Amino acid sequence: MSMLKLEDVSMWFGGVAALKNFNLEVSQGEIVGLIGPNGAGKTTVFNIITGVYKPSRGKVYFLDREITGLRPDLITKAGIARTFQNIRLFKGLSVMENVLIAHHLHLKANYLEAILKLPGYRREERRMREESLALLERVGLADLRNERASALSYGMQRRLEIARALATNPKLLLLDEPAAGMNPKEAEDLTEFIKELRTEFDLSILLIEHHMDVVLNISKRIYVLDYGVMIASGRPEEVQNNQRVIEAYLGVNEDAED
Amino acid sequence: MATKKTRDRVLTILSLLFLLVFIGFAENHLDLYIVRILNVCAIYAILGMSMNLINGFTGLFSLGHAGFMAVGAYTTALLTIPPAVKEQIFYLVPLVEPLDRLNLPFPIALFVGGLLAALVGGLIAAPTLRLKGDYLAIATLGFAEIIRVVFTNTQNITNGALGLKGIPALTNLWWSFGTAAFTLVILLSLINSSYGRALKASREDEIAAESMGTHLAKHKTFAFVLGAFFAGIGGGLLGNLLGTIDPKMFSFTFTFNILLIIVLGGMGSLTGSIISAFIVTIANEYLRILDESINLGFIVIQGKVGMRAVVFSALLMFVVLFYRHGLMGSNEFSWDRFFASKLYRRTLGRFTPGQRKGGYA
Amino acid sequence: MAFDLFLQHLSNGISLGSLYALIAIGYTMVYGILRLINFAHGDIFMMATYFAFFGIVTFHIPWYITFPLVLVLTAALGIGVEATAYRPLREAPKISILISAIGASFFLENLTIVLFGGVPKPFPAPKLFTDVVQVGSVSIQKLTFYIPVVTVISLLGLVYLINKTKTGMAMRAVSMDQETARVMGININHTIAFTFGLGSFLAAVGGIMWGMKFPQIQPLMGVIPGLKCFIAAVIGGIGNIGGAVIGGFILGIGEIMLVAFLPNLTGYRDAFAFILLILILLYKPTGILGEKTAEKV
Repeated sequence: MSMLKLEDVSMWFGGVAALKNFNLEVSQGEIVGLIGPNGAGKTTVFNIITGVYKPSRGKVYFLDREITGLRPDLITKAGIARTFQNIRLFKGLSVMENVLIAHHLHLKANYLEAILKLPGYRREERRMREESLALLERVGLADLRNERASALSYGMQRRLEIARALATNPKLLLLDEPAAGMNPKEAEDLTEFIKELRTEFDLSILLIEHHMDVVLNISKRIYVLDYGVMIASGRPEEVQNNQRVIEAYLGVNEDAED
Repeated sequence: MATKKTRDRVLTILSLLFLLVFIGFAENHLDLYIVRILNVCAIYAILGMSMNLINGFTGLFSLGHAGFMAVGAYTTALLTIPPAVKEQIFYLVPLVEPLDRLNLPFPIALFVGGLLAALVGGLIAAPTLRLKGDYLAIATLGFAEIIRVVFTNTQNITNGALGLKGIPALTNLWWSFGTAAFTLVILLSLINSSYGRALKASREDEIAAESMGTHLAKHKTFAFVLGAFFAGIGGGLLGNLLGTIDPKMFSFTFTFNILLIIVLGGMGSLTGSIISAFIVTIANEYLRILDESINLGFIVIQGKVGMRAVVFSALLMFVVLFYRHGLMGSNEFSWDRFFASKLYRRTLGRFTPGQRKGGYA
Repeated sequence: MAFDLFLQHLSNGISLGSLYALIAIGYTMVYGILRLINFAHGDIFMMATYFAFFGIVTFHIPWYITFPLVLVLTAALGIGVEATAYRPLREAPKISILISAIGASFFLENLTIVLFGGVPKPFPAPKLFTDVVQVGSVSIQKLTFYIPVVTVISLLGLVYLINKTKTGMAMRAVSMDQETARVMGININHTIAFTFGLGSFLAAVGGIMWGMKFPQIQPLMGVIPGLKCFIAAVIGGIGNIGGAVIGGFILGIGEIMLVAFLPNLTGYRDAFAFILLILILLYKPTGILGEKTAEKV
């Protein structure tokens, strides 16, 4: 089944094209990689999928339903969750609150029921807390649940962001450079972690990543963007050996990309 | 843990009882001037909490509070002034029907005032809440000014620049403190609920909040409307305390005073706003000497009109520059915090040595 | 006859618009560089008129010496405000800086009340400017013609400064991207201070002419013009100097025409700007000359 489908999507800022006629598809249960040099338009793709930007042209389908230009919160409700390249946690709030907030979209009680703390609301709140705690345990942050999110180490913040995204109960997870700033060992652990999550939560995953080992190891298929144009796509080994990709991307010094 | 909970509960009930007894005593025995100041304290607490909901918890930098207060104050006043008095006040242009004969009980009038302010808040929210930061600030400030200009020009409803006089003095300590307590309970309950977390999330990071499924416009509008509602009620209480209101009273300076209260108390702390409402109001009274000359018998100290305002604006800047989180930051009052505070340890705590370290047992 | 009247209103509108434009430029420049409203800008404008009052009335300095002095003093005041209310908060949340700016604004207003009294003072306009000339059947103050001329000269100077000098280049660089500008060796603090000084200088030019046109000064006189000129800057497209000028004229001419042709609405004159603001924010939030920018995610 097709999870996500981008059809001929283009995006211009002012006169500059950030993305040109881009097509992409993610199937049920797949892990798909999206790579390309800095400024290639990868994050723009995420922003279009999640509704942060409305594409100038083209269509986005999620589970065969068009979601182009839908409000971000509705897209999340439909089942797409994301993390951010430069970590966007609710820094002043506690670790637990960060995850609880992502649960809010499932809340049925209205304002009045919540203010009056009626039994129905109390039940939901209790359930949200249990589920949030379980998620925090899963990512190994349960003991730190009362800390401020800003007090966490970088790696922990990344994991909290993933936990927060999972709390929205997504079918498709978009990870924006989850291994950024990690050493090879940490990156390897993360690779395993992502694979586990996919099975546990029955996810499809689209990820942007600069760590080539991570992408090649984890992805079933890879799309390569350069200057907003897709220059290659296919299985990791195909992409790896593609001449244009090597020129545009793999030839570039790794250090310059972070 | 259980014993601590019991302790807190007992302390809270005792404090409430004390407050009730105090209000009963103050209402009957204290000097009218002091009663009036206490009333103003409680009303400012309501205004501070309602503005804090919008600015502190939801992160909307709104400067329209005076406008909501004006709507509430005028509504409540017009609904409570006896028809005979209205005839005297509106001697230039008569008051429109049916306002000229309408006379409602105080609580209902207050509630209607709050509702109308909320309605105005809702109307303003639709176009402005899409804006961010200083655009929002200017737009809300602009709306408050428009309200004031409209009130100055609709003589057959508001009596224009002359304002309303002879508003019955229906506000007493029971009403003002009771409403303040009600406001606190409702708002505390809101911010500690899942909806409150959604508000805080949109304050922390709008894009992340939206990406986590938070419907920004809905939550912001709700906070704005609820804040306007309580501001309207606060305005109503104030009008029926002072006895006279006019459009000039609800200028930006008024909003500035409330802003000072929430910044000093801590953006994002309701109890902080209450504490600082009392501090600011009482200081405002005591610093009156700065504006007037005082004769100490042997020497006359020359006051200067406006000196008080200089002190207050310097205070606001001082707090923001050096003490950004205010008295309470984004924390709420708790007995644990109280026992651990310097204030307690340096005063009452000296006489109860066992408590000195027990703050966070 | 009617046409004469229209001309009179138009010339009034143009000179009011010129004044708005001069003050609006200060807002737009500071906004361009700090992404912040300088809430105290209107009060800096007010202080300029007081400086002029003291120079001429109290110290009997001739106007042609007083006025340049006022410009320098006001620029210094602007730099002082930046150093106390803005610079310490460079890394602070935006909301703190806004509050600090509002504090600075109130501080200046009330300090003026304390020092100089709240009672309006007559502005000592030199006779040279206030003379009246007859044009057809209507009489117009010479000032009405001088104001646009002074505005145009100031604008040309400003455009030269921003486009042709090193400091101007630094200003543009900082407003594009502070981090990059810093790396390029531009002193950010100096550039911001200079921007405040320059904006205040122009506000002083506006203030002096305002004082001559409406010859009564008082401590709160900067509040409403301040807000209106910020609005003018937003209408034109904030951060854009040409936009500030266009916005100033739209507002100035619009206001005068509103009063002239819809006298019933005179009481709503001060609301006009705000209504315009809300309309523009709704339909073209970037203003007339503003460009769309995407928020970085």
